[in-house]
Amino acid sequence: MHGYDPAFQRAVSEFSGIYYLGAALMNAGAAYYLWQRLHKVRDALVWLAVALLFVVLAAIAQGGSPVGLPKGVQDTLNTIFTGNRGAVIFTVGTFAFLVFLYRFRTFFVRPRVAWTALNLALLYLGLSMTSRPFWEIVAKPDNIPIVALIFLLGFFTWLATYKAVQNDQRAREGLPPLEKEDSEKVLVWPDLVYTELICMLALTAILLFWAILIKAPLEQPASRADTPNPSKAPWYFLGLQEMLVYYDPWMAGVVLPTFIIIGLMALPYIDFNKLGNGYYTIEQRRFSYAMFQIGFLQLWVVLIILGTFLRGPNWNFFGPYEPWDAHKVLVLNNVNLSDYFWIDLMGTSLPKGGTVLGILKREWLGIVLLLGYLVLLPPILAATVFRKFFIKMGFIRYMIMVQLLLWMMLLPIKMVLRWTLNLKYIIAIPEWFFNF
Amino acid sequence: MGLGQTIRNSQLWKSIFRHPAPLDRRNRIVVMLTNFFLHLHPVSIKKQGIALSYTWCMGGVTFFLFLVETVTGVMLMFYYRPTTEWAYRDIMSLTDVTSLGIMRELHRWGAHAMVITVWLHMYRVFLTGSYKPPREFNWVVGVILLVLTLLLSFTGYLLPWDQLAIWAITVGSNMARATPILGHEGPGQQLLTLGGVDLITNMSDARYVLLGAREVSNETLNRFYVLHCIAIPLAVATLLAIHFWRVRKDGGISGPL
Repeated sequence: MHGYDPAFQRAVSEFSGIYYLGAALMNAGAAYYLWQRLHKVRDALVWLAVALLFVVLAAIAQGGSPVGLPKGVQDTLNTIFTGNRGAVIFTVGTFAFLVFLYRFRTFFVRPRVAWTALNLALLYLGLSMTSRPFWEIVAKPDNIPIVALIFLLGFFTWLATYKAVQNDQRAREGLPPLEKEDSEKVLVWPDLVYTELICMLALTAILLFWAILIKAPLEQPASRADTPNPSKAPWYFLGLQEMLVYYDPWMAGVVLPTFIIIGLMALPYIDFNKLGNGYYTIEQRRFSYAMFQIGFLQLWVVLIILGTFLRGPNWNFFGPYEPWDAHKVLVLNNVNLSDYFWIDLMGTSLPKGGTVLGILKREWLGIVLLLGYLVLLPPILAATVFRKFFIKMGFIRYMIMVQLLLWMMLLPIKMVLRWTLNLKYIIAIPEWFFNF
Repeated sequence: MGLGQTIRNSQLWKSIFRHPAPLDRRNRIVVMLTNFFLHLHPVSIKKQGIALSYTWCMGGVTFFLFLVETVTGVMLMFYYRPTTEWAYRDIMSLTDVTSLGIMRELHRWGAHAMVITVWLHMYRVFLTGSYKPPREFNWVVGVILLVLTLLLSFTGYLLPWDQLAIWAITVGSNMARATPILGHEGPGQQLLTLGGVDLITNMSDARYVLLGAREVSNETLNRFYVLHCIAIPLAVATLLAIHFWRVRKDGGISGPL
């Protein structure tokens, strides 16, 4: 697709050489640590071998033609992750993946497994960089922090889960959490003050290095006449922009963000569970843990990754190795619920919407469904699955919690309805700018 | 007497640091109580409370990045005029003319990093259940600080006045015109009328208040500049003081009871 471009080749070679060398050093460091400190010679040898493999990859890259992901694999991935189907597979796939990690967390938190996963992730990223479309998006200066975010979240989620698994095991044995073991007091000077100083110096070094290495981009001067395609919001709001696929701006841009902020603020007042205060645990607070992770990892971070790396011109979904073609046309025939009801089911045309009554008649099914969801579901849940919650929380607290949950779940519900039924709006009242 | 000793015995030194160097236990306690910058800390702390594997240091890193953004931001303000005529050219000359010109790089990458570290800080506080009593209110302050961090970054996005800036802010602020009741294309917009005249139009709705105009323009640039350099930093600084003070008042860094 792209012809041979020496500048691009040189950039990829230089980057890959340093990148693989970094990965090699990382593994060599791990090997040294295992050998010297933990005296695990066999493990040390394994990671030394991995380090050598990365050195070989670095040498090949320095030679001018870095090893890349085979074209066949790239094409297969592009065929799986493409068009409207790609967004579905990506969103559902990441959710299934997170659930899988959670379910088998005692296996995945083992340092050996986690380290292997990190190496595989680094290898995949390195091999993919030889694809030009991939490189142009991932190596874009403003996107580098988002790549860093993925690795940082991976690392810290591993760290927290590692400690939670240990603490949960100890709790089963009747032992206090590990954090309790270290309740001996130390003086802040020097123990904390020096840590802070070292952190500041390290951070200053990283920032200086980053600032010297990568120039802050500056595009063409602002022009109203020239709309870029795609036009994207700042990266941390791309989750909201992704919601625009499923909801109108008043929901995706105003109502749902407001609920996110209110929900976060309300969290300490609706989580009545006294356990898990001041130490890592999962089993002692499963429900709040699961809800937070769905909200934060799946509905916020994953959607940002999707919006940054996989949404191209016209907000179409593009495979990871697919060039962003502005002329790609994806046909979307989304249908309103009222169309389904009146045209497909009743076999008539839509009732005229000139009057309030006419609009209500046209949209009655959607209105009933939404009101049922928001008004009838809370008491039903209180009598069934949330029975214990309702008793412990009291009416007001319970209602706030359940409303926040229901509003959060509106997003995945609408996603699934869109993917399965091509449903556009549950309630469509364009006369009042009220499309839901 | 060595040079170090001479300096430490001088009137000047003693007027600044009233106590001997923090080399023994007594003076290590005294230094925490008498130094303005250190008195935010307690004198002693549980070992667990300063373990990096527990705290991740992300709150501290975010605060440090806020300081970096303040210092580099002030330097950038020396060279920058927030008008459509000059903004882009001033950024250009920052790169081309100013010596040692990495302040914009430090400011931009620091800003990206700050958004990430503030999320990680929230993530850690959630995962350790540190928002639970007695720290509920400090979590609320933290959520506001997180939102303000995003707004700081959002208002700063516009200032270079390049294509990325103007269109990112256009996409971001377009949502405001769909605000229920207060946006001119939002549901319930027709509710606010007075004698048959719409109160909410594209000249008076939430988006107009945000942008100072009907589209991202010179007025917006000025408005975002003031928000970015003065209004939001002042709010953040105030809330930071409360946030840190409450950490101490709520029993120090969290830990198992």
